Amino acid sequence: MQTSDHILQAIRIEKEFPGTKALDKVDFHLRRGEVHALLGENGAGKSTLIKCLTGAYHRDGGTILLDGEEVDPRDTFDAQKLGIGTVYQEVNLLPNLTVAENLFLGRQPRRFGMVDARAMNRQARDLLADYELDLDVTRDLASYSVAIQQVVAIARAVDLSGKVLILDEPTASLDAHEVAMLFRIVRRLRARGLGIVFVTHFLEQVYEISDRITVLRNGQLVGTRETTDLERRELIAMMIGRELAAEIHAPRPEAVQGPMRYRFRNYGSKGHISPFDLDVRAGEVVGMAGLLGSGRTETAELLFGACRADSGQAEIDGRPVELPSPRAAIRHRFGFCPEDRKIAGIVGDLSVRENIVLALQARRGWTRPISRAEQNRLVDHYIRALDIRTADREKPIRLLSGGNQQKVILARWLATEPELLILDEPTRGIDVGAHAEIVKLIEALREKGMSLVVISSEIEELVAYSTRVIVLRDRAHVAELDGHRITAHQIVEAIAATNDRRAS
Amino acid sequence: MISDVRLYLNRLLPQLIALCVIVAAVSLVFPGFLSLEIQNGRLYGSLVDILNRGAPVVLLAIGMTVVIATKGIDLSVGAVMAICGATAAASITSGHSLAATLLITLCVGVLCGIWNGLLVAVLDIQPIIATLVLMVAGRGIAQLITEGAILTFNDPGLIFVGSGSFAGLPMPVVIWLVFGALVAALVRRTALGMLIEAIGINRRASTLSGVLTPVLLVAAYVLSGVCAAIAGIIAAADIRGADANNAGLWLELDAILAVVVGGTSLLGGRFSIAASVLGAIIIQAINTGILLSGFPPEFNLIIKAGIIVFILVLQAPRFRTAFAFLVPARGARKPTERAAK
Amino acid sequence: MKQKHLPLTATILIFLVGYALCVAQYPNMLSTRVIGNLLTDNAFLGIAAVGMTFVILSGGIDLSIGSVIAFTGVFLAVVLEHSSLHPLVAFVMVLAIATLFGALMGAIIHYLEMPAFIVTLAGMFLARGMAFVLSIDSIPIKHPFYATLKGLYFKLPGGGRITLIGGLMLLVFAIGILIAHRTRFGINVYALGGGTATARLMGVPVAATTIRIYALSGLLAGLSGIVFSLYTSAGYSLAAVGVELDAITAVVIGGTLLTGGSGFVAGTLVGILIQGLIQTYITFDGSLSSWWTKILIGLLLFAFILLQKGIIYASRHRQQRA
Repeated sequence: MQTSDHILQAIRIEKEFPGTKALDKVDFHLRRGEVHALLGENGAGKSTLIKCLTGAYHRDGGTILLDGEEVDPRDTFDAQKLGIGTVYQEVNLLPNLTVAENLFLGRQPRRFGMVDARAMNRQARDLLADYELDLDVTRDLASYSVAIQQVVAIARAVDLSGKVLILDEPTASLDAHEVAMLFRIVRRLRARGLGIVFVTHFLEQVYEISDRITVLRNGQLVGTRETTDLERRELIAMMIGRELAAEIHAPRPEAVQGPMRYRFRNYGSKGHISPFDLDVRAGEVVGMAGLLGSGRTETAELLFGACRADSGQAEIDGRPVELPSPRAAIRHRFGFCPEDRKIAGIVGDLSVRENIVLALQARRGWTRPISRAEQNRLVDHYIRALDIRTADREKPIRLLSGGNQQKVILARWLATEPELLILDEPTRGIDVGAHAEIVKLIEALREKGMSLVVISSEIEELVAYSTRVIVLRDRAHVAELDGHRITAHQIVEAIAATNDRRAS
Repeated sequence: MISDVRLYLNRLLPQLIALCVIVAAVSLVFPGFLSLEIQNGRLYGSLVDILNRGAPVVLLAIGMTVVIATKGIDLSVGAVMAICGATAAASITSGHSLAATLLITLCVGVLCGIWNGLLVAVLDIQPIIATLVLMVAGRGIAQLITEGAILTFNDPGLIFVGSGSFAGLPMPVVIWLVFGALVAALVRRTALGMLIEAIGINRRASTLSGVLTPVLLVAAYVLSGVCAAIAGIIAAADIRGADANNAGLWLELDAILAVVVGGTSLLGGRFSIAASVLGAIIIQAINTGILLSGFPPEFNLIIKAGIIVFILVLQAPRFRTAFAFLVPARGARKPTERAAK
Repeated sequence: MKQKHLPLTATILIFLVGYALCVAQYPNMLSTRVIGNLLTDNAFLGIAAVGMTFVILSGGIDLSIGSVIAFTGVFLAVVLEHSSLHPLVAFVMVLAIATLFGALMGAIIHYLEMPAFIVTLAGMFLARGMAFVLSIDSIPIKHPFYATLKGLYFKLPGGGRITLIGGLMLLVFAIGILIAHRTRFGINVYALGGGTATARLMGVPVAATTIRIYALSGLLAGLSGIVFSLYTSAGYSLAAVGVELDAITAVVIGGTLLTGGSGFVAGTLVGILIQGLIQTYITFDGSLSSWWTKILIGLLLFAFILLQKGIIYASRHRQQRA
């Protein structure tokens, strides 16, 4: 029977959020003593699946079997007691407590009712010795590097649970040396018979450590494969949802020859993105492709002045310009829709109207208010033009759906009549209808002669509207495709090629 | 336009009702409460008294509202009142003209505001901590100016600010009415109000939209400092002297309470100056009401505590229901956001 | 040296240097008498500040302690005047009331998810209001037991005395240090200060801990009220106004982060002693005015906020490079 070698089985897990089906009858089987990579682009449902497994979410349907027995964790704490431990990318420990206190929080050894710090520190050292760590456990966790904090978190999770360990992007902020240390520990835990789920977007790490791979896409299971049988190119195709065999040359815009408007030379910021060259013409959509964490967002923030450049020059129409802040960029008629709509985009309690006029008003300055009549005209225009579904313009934006919120943010920038519009994942997390409308809008704006820089994880989408595609990898621009070379196949090749280079 | 007026009234409705209920209740116990009479061209009566006595808290509440709207708080206003009262007294007794005195005092208020604002906006210190410094040191500075004594003065011009009358109304009332209207017009007739609310709700999104956040933050604390300066002048003029120890003592708490009663959230965002002014008047009406209806004044504080608890309970379930239908949506978004980092 | 000890070390250094400067100018200040008085005069503040330290370590604030001290004093005065209860019984009663009062505030803060600032503000009004209701006059306490208690002291070489209340403060600090570092509750307090959400994920009982923190602060404010009534031999509803501010200042000068999660109970003792030292110096000097106390303390507060900001900035910077 399967159950004997499977430690964790999730069968037909379903989870629905208003407007979207986050998980659609997903199966996931984890063997004893294996490292199982869980992959998928953003919004594929990885996080949701993990949250269902650890009880952080309550699933709408499906069964979870742990050691062959049905379990129903109420919360992460409950899951931990059952044997499922989780370690997240942002270490979920308390930086202000000592290493030992973090390891034994809530279960400190006691003597005469007092915490026996000496025993606790000794036990902590013993515990960490299994993980090749010889630390001063009486120091604050914050005084150690993220990698060591990560290992401490793993030690705590394994000590508390002991059957299944879920690692949610544990390597995102580690360097190669630290990743190697982490992997030695993961292998040792695998040898001890733990089932380990490994979520990451670094493909070479997947090939280095995992035994099997499960890919999710749009809340559905794409497949589970043995790592040795799955070619890298095929894996990327599974993740971005393309059958390589069925390569079609989409009807695509002719490469425009508008005047060169924006020229960035050797533009970069230490620790964020390596210096790059970038030219944008009028009437051009420059697509940015790359896996998560490849430096796409950093490029966008740098162009917009949200992060300061420490090298290189920017020119507009041949004149050098400084872009030290968003305000400066807006003065030069830049616009920027950030990736994280909730945190950096919408102003939740303000109305649709106020959210739309915000950037325009900020540029005009507070002394020159836009009259209410003018605001209403402007807002009504964009509500109609972008088909924003809202009861009325005074509704707080937080009550709108994701797609409509995104359209409001787009309207905010269109109202400033920008000449360069930077869109970071404009179609993420929104429904299909709004998705198509935004793609159409991008094309319409390009035809009007606007310059656009668009970042997207959806490669199909980039192929459809880009006149040029820049491929990013490891916080650097590594390839540029134009004309007939812009195909999903080529983009995937470019991403995979750079992966290979790094792996070798 | 009509719907705007209706919206505005809707916003103020709870405060207006509360005020009416209090006034009605007090006038039941104390029938003379509502009577007004004119003597020497000046209105007298309990209602006028409420407006007059409430002046300092009303003024502080105006500035506090704007600061709280930016997701901040200003604990130093009581101390700034003391500093400014002392400054005014010291300036007038050392022979400066009334105009110069008022100007100097307002400048001192502005300076205090700039200090707080820089700590918050530039050094990025939590507002409650940043303004604590001036709250602690401020009274010492005020005593330094008055050299420990109550600095009395008898300049008729300055005294007029505290106890004179204009168009039948006591001067303090005229001042807060005019000043309140000016500030309300300033924030609502320009785009300031919306930009301040945007900062209070989402500072990062506002900065990315090109809002000049640091400058507006400093401006909010400066406004609060100016309000405290005016309140300090009135308080000093009222007793014809600057009492560095007691002027404005604990009034920052009353001002915060007035803003809370006015329905502006301590978490920042949407604000209404008129509602905060009403909140301050409500607090003063209760004070005066208790005094007049023969209850021992000791009950005052208990009632204030009662008001806070009442508002907390009132807001808490609403909090819940307001969030109830958002919970699934928020839950859906948060994890993907986290994964995105 | 560990970084978290830096603010505490700075505090101790400032105290020692300050004391040395004072002694250099007035050699008389180097006597056990001065030290004994320093402890006695600041006993009530110190005891209340221990409770405040726990509250601030957890990331909260308690504005009610001054009022609770006043309430306790008035309650004791009224009870001892109007009944034949033994003061010890009255002590137990008032400590129970103060503890319950704190627990109630903690419960409201946790369950209504309201900022501690506004909840304890209500507590501040309520406690002082209740004190007013009991009596608006200053009532002397003439119970012989009080005289007995006040007569108890431990004689130090050099003529100084550690009075009962001074000794009690030191005892409370000792117990406070034990609770903070040697009990699960204490470590949970630090955990809450490090981040409520993470603490909850790690299994810290957030509700119970929050309620206990404010109950402890209430209990210590009550104890501080008893000490204050012993110190002044009276109960007065206008007493101890603004003590919460002095306590907060002592906590911050003692090296505790106002945002919570980092600091030491022992630091608060030094913070109290620094405040006391400034006052003693001004008394010794005679020509300096009392307001310099406030200005100096305000400056110290500012310096420590800057120091903490700098440490946080430096550690973040280092982490980024790591």
